[in-house]
Parts: sequence; C-alpha cells; structure tokens
Amino acid sequence: MIHKYEMNGLYLVLDVNSGGVHLVDKLTYQLLDYVQPPFSEKCPAEAVTALSTDFALQDILDCYQELKELYEQKILFSNDEYEKYARFAAPAPIKAMCLHISHDCNMRCKYCFASTGDFGTGRKLMPVETGKLAIDFLLKHSQDRKFLELDFFGGEPLMNFNAVKEVVRYARERETEYNKKFRFTITTNGTLLNDDSIDFINSEMSNVVLSIDGRKETNDRMRPVTGGKGTYDIILPKFKKLVEQRDKNLDYYVRGTFTKYNLDFAEDVFSLHDAGFDQISVEPVVCESKYPYALTEEDIPAISAEYERLANKILENDRAGKHFNFFHFMIDLDAGPCAIKRLKGCGCGNEYVAITPDGDIYPCHQFVGIEKYKMGNLEEGTFNEDMKYEFSQSHIYHKPKCRDCWAKFYCSGGCNANNYQYQGDILESHTLSCELEKKRLECAIMIQAVKKMENLAPDEASTAFRNC
Amino acid sequence: MKHIMTINKANLVQSAKKGGCGNCQASCQSACKTSCTVANQKCEKEAK
Repeated sequence: MIHKYEMNGLYLVLDVNSGGVHLVDKLTYQLLDYVQPPFSEKCPAEAVTALSTDFALQDILDCYQELKELYEQKILFSNDEYEKYARFAAPAPIKAMCLHISHDCNMRCKYCFASTGDFGTGRKLMPVETGKLAIDFLLKHSQDRKFLELDFFGGEPLMNFNAVKEVVRYARERETEYNKKFRFTITTNGTLLNDDSIDFINSEMSNVVLSIDGRKETNDRMRPVTGGKGTYDIILPKFKKLVEQRDKNLDYYVRGTFTKYNLDFAEDVFSLHDAGFDQISVEPVVCESKYPYALTEEDIPAISAEYERLANKILENDRAGKHFNFFHFMIDLDAGPCAIKRLKGCGCGNEYVAITPDGDIYPCHQFVGIEKYKMGNLEEGTFNEDMKYEFSQSHIYHKPKCRDCWAKFYCSGGCNANNYQYQGDILESHTLSCELEKKRLECAIMIQAVKKMENLAPDEASTAFRNC
Repeated sequence: MKHIMTINKANLVQSAKKGGCGNCQASCQSACKTSCTVANQKCEKEAK
C-alpha cells in the first residue's frame, strides 16, 4: 500500500508497510497511477501512452526502472509483515496511570470532557491513602517494566496539592524497593500555581502540561473560572514563571484546545510562541456535534488549510532560527516507535489505566464515569482481567477502518474512548479524528521532507523535486 | 536516482523484529489527552 500526496510544491509518496518516504518528481507521481506490483520488466504500455504527451519517452522508461528498483528493495508497495505480530497480542504489564487526584475544578471550561471536573461522579478529592493504593497497584501490575508513568490529572490537581506531594513522596520511597523509576507528570490549569507548587513541579515532574488555549480572546471565551471571568491574565504569568525556572532538559507543553470558534487556530499557536513558549500542543475539541463549538466534518477543509499554514510557518521560523515544537507535527521518520508499538497504540485498558478519587479503575481518563467500562476498585481489590484482555486486542488489525488506512502505523488506531463515545464501539474509528490525524501526518512528513532537502548540499538538492 | 529521493531509512520491518520491549511512553501521558498520535513517541529501548 502506498499513499501519495502533493503539498507545498512537493510530491510525496509514503510506502505504508516499510515506512519509506519518497520525494518524487511530477513524472513519478503520475506514473504511480499506472503501476502496481508485480512489476514486469517493461513499463506498461498504457502508462507510456498516457504520459508521453507531457514527458520524454526515455524519462518515462527510466522512471519506471527506478520504481521497480524500490519495489525490489521492499520500500515501495512492500508487503504487510505485521499481522503475525498482532496475532500474538496479549495482556501486558500496566506501566502507566492517570491518577485523578481531584474530581473538582475551579474553572468551568465550556468544552470540558470531564463535566467541569467531576466526570459526572460528584465533586471530590482523592484521599492520600487511595493515592498510595494506586501506587501499590502500579508497582504490583508493572511486572518487569522499569519506567512507570503517573500523570496527576483532574479536575484540577492543584486543588489537592498536598495529596500530590504525599503520593510522590510515597512512590519515591517504594520505587527503590521495586527497582523501578517513576516518571511523574501533571496537567494543570495554572490558576493555583504559586512558588511552592512551581518548585515542586519543576523538581519532581518529568513533564508538565499547562492548559491554555492561545490568544487571550480564544482562551477566555472557553476557559473561564467559576464566576465567568477569563483566566488568561491569571495563568500566563504563572506559566511563564514555571517555564523560565524549569530545567531545559525537562519536558513541558503549553496545551490548548481549538473549536469551531477559532478555526484560525494557527494564530493561537503563534500567540503562545510569541508569549515565549517553544513546546506547544493545540488540539481539536472532541465533543458531541450538538454543541455550537463542536467541530464537524464540514470544518475539515478549513482545518486542513490551517494545519498547512501552521506547517509552513514552522518551516519559516526554523529558517529564521526561531524554532518551536508543535506536538502533533513531531515525527521521527528514522527512530520513532517500533512497529509493535504502532500496532496497539496508546495501550489504554491494557498498559494504561485511570484511577478515580474513589479508587475506581477505568481503561483511561476518557472512560471515567462510563459504568460499563469500570474495570475494578483499588479498595475492593477487584480488577477485570477479561476487560484488560479485550483492550489488549484493540489493535489495528481488529479495527475495520484501520486495515486499509495508510495512516494506521502513525495513529495506531486512534483513541478507543472517542471510538466508543462517538462511533459506539472501541474498534470503530472516529471518522472526524481520523481525517484530522491524516492531515497532521501529511504536514509532519512534508516538514521532514523540506528539512531534508534544505540540508542537502546545493549540488545534491535537485530542483526536480520541487515542482510547483 | 534521478526521479526519486528516499528521505528516510524505511526501517519499520526491522523495528518489528527488535521491538516490543514496552519501555516507551504511553501516548496519552505526554501532551495529548484527547487526540492520540503514536508515531511522535520516542523509542526507549536503549533506556532500559
């Protein structure tokens, strides 16, 4: 399977199964419409006839031989070698946890998927003892995994900051005993940040996600506090302070959500960059289509154009030495995750679970509150291994729309929770999310192709590949 | 090649043969809590 597309004056071809990315000229791009394996010795007559009005015969014949050579190298029209691995998919150690330390929030974000903080289960804070049980659960179920990830989530985690500190202290005590290493992260709206919490986060958290939507007007429209006042002016100085004081080797992201109200969301990304941040994630809202801010399939063309605009701006900035990282355009075409990881995706319900303040266990934060997907309870000592097995099987070969999709080894089947909530089945891909993911991937690959070309020596950088 | 430039190692098949150690980050633990991308995660096999 291949995927070919044109963007930014480049013709790009992805060989899906090998992961090969080829920059091609216009002739090759068109010739690919006429060829498919197995490759015969000679170029198909139909292709020669169709293309000879625009291209020289010898070029067509040469081009065909180049395609044939790539096919023989198994980096074009290569076979799917992975289904055999998927057949052995099995329940895995649990290595990651989303700890809902607070099911309360001091903000009232209009698009909140957590029902303004309590996930529809009542406002409450997690007792320290429940947090400790969660640590014990993770240590017990992680088997041979060395690195354990624990994200403090909410609601707003800093509403229960003392418990955050106590749980971290407890985990640090126990990790040596188990020969493990905890990597803590926290997702915060920033309103309650102070010197104490900034110091603690910067010393203990390997990553921190700082929620802000971009421009002041974008942020304040959707992210007010309980009284309705916007939060931009409250949180921006605190986020800046946290990032300025943070070790440059540690991760952070300012993370926003875009909606139908700001389809020009690239401006929000730029605004965050202008404010001094260089690690930025701005994601599409996922919600029921009944809401006025909901993104729908009719928005796809506008969002796609905006992603392209953002990609080009990132390239411009790079050339000017003003690099910033956009999370959803991050891709390492040589050293990304292995194919095994790509088959099974996020690992929710199998390698990853969420824990509520009551100690209830769910496959991930997005499933919290959906009774059908409650996997067990820490205090009761229950855990549904059958459900864990079900999630271990939610790989791309069990998702009908994924099997024939060119993007399957990049999104890895998408979000199981979104699939369930909006398509009715964890194995039924959420169409809108798929389309946006595919566009982001096209942009991300294009950025890598441009960088590759621009890093070539002038005599190597043939202008033949820049066609428009 | 005159008409085609391959810009990466195209090493997915090899990655499968040596992969699956499970040390890599869970996707939703980084900066996405709503839209999953796996290919932007790092391989952490060497970290073990």
